[in-house]
Amino acid sequence: MSKKSFRQAINEALRQEMRRDPTVVLMGEDVAGGQGGSSGVKDAWGGVLGVTKGLLTEFGESRVLDTPISEASYIGAAAGAAATGLRPVAELMFVDFVGCCLDQIMNQAAKFRYMFGGKARTPLVIRAMYGAGFNAAAQHSQALYPLFTHIPGLKVVVPSSPYEAKGLLIEAIRDDDPVIFLENKVMYDDIEEVPDEAYTIPFGEANLTREGDDVTIVAIGRMVGMANEAADRLAKQGISCTVLDPRTTFPLDEQTILECVEDTGRLVIVDESSPRCNMACDISALVAEQAFGALKAPIRRVVPPHTPVPFSTPLENLYMPNADKIEAAVKAVMMQKTREVA
Amino acid sequence: MQISRETLLRSYRAMRTIRAFEERLHREFATGEIPGFVHLYCGEEASAVGVCANLTEQDTIASTHRGHGHCIAKGVDVGGMMAEIYGRKTGVCRGKGGSMHIADLSKGMLGANGIVGGGPPLICGAALSHKVLKDNGVAVAFYGDGASNEGTTLESLNLATVWHLPAVFVVEDNGYGEATGASYACAGTQKDRAAGFGMPYMECDGSDFFAVHDAARDAIDHARSGKGPVMLHVHLQRWYGHFEGDAMSYRAPNEVADAKKDHDCLESFRERAGQEKLLDLSALDEIDAAVADEIESAVQAAKQAPWPEEADLMADVYVKI
Repeated sequence: MSKKSFRQAINEALRQEMRRDPTVVLMGEDVAGGQGGSSGVKDAWGGVLGVTKGLLTEFGESRVLDTPISEASYIGAAAGAAATGLRPVAELMFVDFVGCCLDQIMNQAAKFRYMFGGKARTPLVIRAMYGAGFNAAAQHSQALYPLFTHIPGLKVVVPSSPYEAKGLLIEAIRDDDPVIFLENKVMYDDIEEVPDEAYTIPFGEANLTREGDDVTIVAIGRMVGMANEAADRLAKQGISCTVLDPRTTFPLDEQTILECVEDTGRLVIVDESSPRCNMACDISALVAEQAFGALKAPIRRVVPPHTPVPFSTPLENLYMPNADKIEAAVKAVMMQKTREVA
Repeated sequence: MQISRETLLRSYRAMRTIRAFEERLHREFATGEIPGFVHLYCGEEASAVGVCANLTEQDTIASTHRGHGHCIAKGVDVGGMMAEIYGRKTGVCRGKGGSMHIADLSKGMLGANGIVGGGPPLICGAALSHKVLKDNGVAVAFYGDGASNEGTTLESLNLATVWHLPAVFVVEDNGYGEATGASYACAGTQKDRAAGFGMPYMECDGSDFFAVHDAARDAIDHARSGKGPVMLHVHLQRWYGHFEGDAMSYRAPNEVADAKKDHDCLESFRERAGQEKLLDLSALDEIDAAVADEIESAVQAAKQAPWPEEADLMADVYVKI
């Protein structure tokens, strides 16, 4: 056990799985980094954020494949390779670029098994950065996990810390279905204790990072840290919160969400994706359908406005959920009551 | 190089099977008993069969939504295909794919595809699997002149070259992307497109089995020997509409009739086999009769096969949840 960054945790997961299984291959733009050109300094980058650095040197060009800037071809190739015997991990860099290759994910990889009557396995992982907070503006900041969650056949992972990232990525690589693995770009330098050995965290099992009696806060990805901060502040004010990290948006741990709401009677959902048809909507519907009677107050959603992600810092700060907004939402649900029955 | 008698007989049988399968579907579709969309491969049989005669079971192909011919040529079970097209539980995809999604990975058939240009990227991946797993396999993308204009196809020509993949890109050029002529929709030439990626180019008459077979042999040998990807441009004519029900009002009045008269791959095969004494024509007649029986049995079995059940609806979305 030692302290590792989110970036190092992911690198270690990839390295350990590539050592364990020779069919695991990496592909993506600059994942090898420094191929060709006039100087040809190999393994210079390891992806734009250095996540795959050193892997080319250990595993060679046959398993760490730089691609042209050509998402449709290499994400499609990853799907084809997965269906024919490899376990590709493809890096899409920014998840926003899915606009260039959605067909290969949505119509091909996700549907092979069902369309082919259960006769295909597509053990594919697509890693991509998501999220606002980096002044990366509208085409490099989206949180598109609801889009993938909407597509039957995909599993969707949104890790909330370095420890979570390593265990969930190893699980993703060993999984036989296509998995979308989304890394928040603001979190790459977050540091925590991460075991040196390989370990897995199962999909569809939520993690409770705080346990309390008054309010359940469901938070996704980077929002989990903000929810913890809000919960710690609220605890000092006498309001005790459960913070629930679903870890995967599909499969979704519906049972634990419902149990927590049954216990606390109040629900705040924190989701940094666009507010229409996002996970906050989906979880609200789940609770409204199956735990309506337990609610002591209306559900509150802490979500951005329905706009593209703005560039300028003050606008981006206004756009994003944060601990202050979560704290305010929790206090609001503590004040509210569902309609009294006369 | 002489083609073996065994290969000739097998290839003739495959072409005849495709023809009979598609002609029967044409008739059955008109009765209203076949659900969904059906795109027939009649007139193009020599392309699928001439290419696949040079492949082994472990080689991989990806097809188009005009995919029945490629499936039969690659060895997918005809009865299972017919049941699939009828939406039955006994179908090769258990009734969940239908005509546009017939696949059998155990035969190296990575699927027909409902998306134009869907196959070429997948074939880059299959070729990568062959290369990394060092199994000496080759991957072949069949795609039409219409799909040749998709970005996915052009990106795949580039990626296959950059990765030096054992891949063959077979452009089945029947002159129409749906109802729009290739002469309108395809800028430049397929040959120049291949050259633009530094890729070897071959072309052949797709109504001549022998021409396709020989060109495909050279293309596949090139890819299999580690020399990188190849484009094979096959000139074809389709005998039916883009889909069943298409009245082909965009084609000249005598276009299809002339194609049937002058470009029938089965007739030209028989003619050459007879003239060059490659095969006894009575052996071909026997094949014709056997194929007719096989298709009749496949249709009857499909019509009597059980429908999928409620439990099948939720099955096989995931390997495991």
